[in-house]
Amino acid sequence: MTATQEPAQGEIGRDRRRKEDQRLITGRTRWTDNITLPGMLHLAMVRSPFPHARITSIDTAAAKGAPNVVAVLTGADLGEGQGACINAWPVVPDQVTPAHLPMPTDRVAFAGETVAVVVARSAAEARDAAELVEVDYEELPAALDLKEAAANTVLAHPDLGTNVSAVWRFDSAEAGTGGDVEQAIAEARENGIVIEREYRQQRLIPAFMEPRSVVVDPTGEQITVWSATQVPHILRFAIAATTGVPESKIRVIAPDVGGGFGGKLQQTPEEMIAFAVARRLGKPVKFTETRSESLLTAHHGRDQWQRLTLAATKDGHVTGLKVDLLADLGAYVAIVGGGVPVLGAFMFNAIYKFPAYQFQTTNVLTNKTWTDAYRGAGRPEATFAIERLMDELAHELGKDPLEVREMNWIKHEEFPFTTVAGLEYDSGNYEAATARAKEMFGYDALRAEQADRRARGDRVQLGLGVSTFTEMCGLAPSRVLGSLNYGAGGWEHAEVRMLATGKVEVVTGASAHGQGHETAFSQIVADRLGVPFEDVEVLHGDTQISHKGLDTYGSRSLVVGGEALVRAVDKVIEKARPVAAHLLEASADDLEFSDGRFTVRGTDQGMAITEIATAVFAAHNLPDGVEASIDSEATYDPVNFNYPHGTHLCAVEIDTETGQVRMRKYACCDDIGNVINPLIVSGQVHGGLVQGIAQALWEEAVYDDNGTLVTGSFVDYLLPTAADTISFDLDHTTSPATTNSLGTKGVGEAGTIASTPAVVNAVVDALRPYGVHDVAMPCTPERVWRAINSGGSGGETTQAAAPHFDESEGAAQ
Amino acid sequence: MTRISLTVDGQQVVDDVEPRMLLVQYLREKLGKTGTVVGCDTSNCGACTVHLDGRSVKSCNVLAVQADGAAVTTIEGLAGDDGTLHPVQEAFRECHGLQCGFCTPGMIMQTVDLLAENPSPSEEAIRLGLEGNLCRCTGYHNIVRAVQHAAGVSAGSTSSAGEGATA
Repeated sequence: MTATQEPAQGEIGRDRRRKEDQRLITGRTRWTDNITLPGMLHLAMVRSPFPHARITSIDTAAAKGAPNVVAVLTGADLGEGQGACINAWPVVPDQVTPAHLPMPTDRVAFAGETVAVVVARSAAEARDAAELVEVDYEELPAALDLKEAAANTVLAHPDLGTNVSAVWRFDSAEAGTGGDVEQAIAEARENGIVIEREYRQQRLIPAFMEPRSVVVDPTGEQITVWSATQVPHILRFAIAATTGVPESKIRVIAPDVGGGFGGKLQQTPEEMIAFAVARRLGKPVKFTETRSESLLTAHHGRDQWQRLTLAATKDGHVTGLKVDLLADLGAYVAIVGGGVPVLGAFMFNAIYKFPAYQFQTTNVLTNKTWTDAYRGAGRPEATFAIERLMDELAHELGKDPLEVREMNWIKHEEFPFTTVAGLEYDSGNYEAATARAKEMFGYDALRAEQADRRARGDRVQLGLGVSTFTEMCGLAPSRVLGSLNYGAGGWEHAEVRMLATGKVEVVTGASAHGQGHETAFSQIVADRLGVPFEDVEVLHGDTQISHKGLDTYGSRSLVVGGEALVRAVDKVIEKARPVAAHLLEASADDLEFSDGRFTVRGTDQGMAITEIATAVFAAHNLPDGVEASIDSEATYDPVNFNYPHGTHLCAVEIDTETGQVRMRKYACCDDIGNVINPLIVSGQVHGGLVQGIAQALWEEAVYDDNGTLVTGSFVDYLLPTAADTISFDLDHTTSPATTNSLGTKGVGEAGTIASTPAVVNAVVDALRPYGVHDVAMPCTPERVWRAINSGGSGGETTQAAAPHFDESEGAAQ
Repeated sequence: MTRISLTVDGQQVVDDVEPRMLLVQYLREKLGKTGTVVGCDTSNCGACTVHLDGRSVKSCNVLAVQADGAAVTTIEGLAGDDGTLHPVQEAFRECHGLQCGFCTPGMIMQTVDLLAENPSPSEEAIRLGLEGNLCRCTGYHNIVRAVQHAAGVSAGSTSSAGEGATA
């Protein structure tokens, strides 16, 4: 046998075009909604128009008589077979957690909750018949406003006796990681500077482009569930754990999945209902949500009030930070739910050397759509708060915002650095990233232009915004999750199969939904194993193929899943070594492995690892006692989070007569350690930036006084378009992570975490001469105009987002 | 039921359809043209964009019966018979103008129409021309690069997207 393939060289760091794209650009895709099975039935949900009501009766007779309707089922009909929606993270031992049935039997807790399901031969017939289901409700008072709900004015779940699900607290003095924050604040009141602010994190909707869809096929030995999900493994566990169907009888497949951003990190009522209906009827069923259903019922994100106190010395050195949050969980504690604010708990101190720190979140139940992870999950909220405060401190001191940050940040020579929140940041260089960002941005020239416009009293004012962020990602060390009472671990699994024909199959427990895992993981394997990029096939998202995994969220796939892959590859090489020694008639100690070949030191003898794979497949000539396989698997549990950082600079132009904000320039320099594929990284940053910018300027899920979501379509929920956005200037500095083999740090959430405060800081910076020190998000033209004219933060936007129908017609369902 | 007869991706098809059936439903459910997708129900997202007699339309905004006698091209009919990609498809891959790929069929079909109308669009013209198509993954940066690449006006850069972004 001879080696016929040239080994791959230098795949890591190369801007490979993506393997995934061929099928996506030609329409040869397998979205869940594309799946059609023989005899498949379609579901339509009957949803509550009320945020809080007792179900007094459900009359399904008319619907049952409609053409081609097979069944109409309520929660009572499904009984225990419907399972339950789980909360995987009770953040405190005595967390108040309302029972969450996929289809409640007696009471609805948010508008949009399903009370009956119609099963018909076509989706259109199912929807038509859903209109015929008569549900009588007895309306109950609804807990809608977060602050009022926190005061238990109206109870979201009367039986629970309180709306407060949990109070979770971290205090650096109690934890032994820092000083007493109250003392720091008291000293600053005497002798320094105290900045006290309250910020609003508005409610957002992840708004992935592919609406959620689920197909369940109960024929055959395993019940197969296709779902537009980020978490096929977690979904399988949750279905098994709550329905009693053995996990081994359930196969979950996430086929092509059209985006998630945390929004598809859920065990949904719709998945559970489809599972129950398919089992009951013995036929395949499909449910695909409409966009309105998606916006109304897929979990929402953010939604916090943040009360913040920052203490500093007179010259601007920070001495303490106290954070007091109200977090709106919505009607139920979602799968991660109450953990989202806790994920922010360790990040408010950010890149700064606070000697004292205290964080407290009060998680509150309301009668609105449940909330959970949305890109960044807890960390955007933290970054927004601290980066806004640092700008306020700079303003108080009359200093440049970057100067104040530099006075307080961790210097590059101080890494590894243990923070006041108890995390150990392994590496970083804030000075380098900031210098590069300033250079790209043209910071000094823009400051000069700003001064000029101010001096001239120009109608269009310029604002410059700064955000120097870090985040914790790569979820997560299992021991840490255990200490936080999380219900699972944070490891990831990988397997490498060496096929007889020289191809390599890689199985990962991460579950991609647009990120480009197939490409990036192929590059890692090609480099390490010395095989061509094209010969590596990455398999994922099917629990029968990838039997073990914890899926994709929290910027974990590369830094946790990639490390598992590295270890599996290394095991393949070590398993191949004795076979190579045997076939080459050499001592294993004399073999070297590089570029995909074992060579005998000091000779020209050698053998490719793919040749060894073929020899092992034949198994005609293996050393005694060696098994006929060099396939390997590895499960990796991270030893630490990792900590990407960056400096983001934003310039906005504000028309002071109309309040219109126009993006002028955005430059950022991120440090995400070593980069596997710069093309994919730039795409992650661009997309992340726009989601964060959208929070600052455009997006908000708005409820009216009746608890109706008035931003329930893409007409009203303002997703940015190409015409709203600009091109970005990106670059990277590189401080490799020291806690994984590849030196990588997560990048999926970085852009979103960093950009929101950069934009709002820019808006406020433009308006400082008007006495403005805050503008509430989203910074709509109306709010900006009001801020200019009143010096306030611009008030609510509820009226601006009023429903586009005549109120005399009543609430639309 | 109404009988319609049309050409889809070069293939003559005849079907009886409900008058209320949308063109996108007809393409997906009757013809199995699942490359064209549905992303919203208010004609905001543009994921369902196809060409009707050579012009882009949102196929959720056209009834199947309105396409009677017409020629429809979907994302599945854009590449050559031998599999050669259309230059716009190639440009989206080259410039990393897609991530999850759900909006991509609509983006590509809209781009083909945009460039037919204006072969050398400015960045502003591109952004306005794609205003009716939503993408949640890319932040539009690399989509704009892809359109520029396809138009051959790539701002002097050879590998537009790789360096991310100093454009």
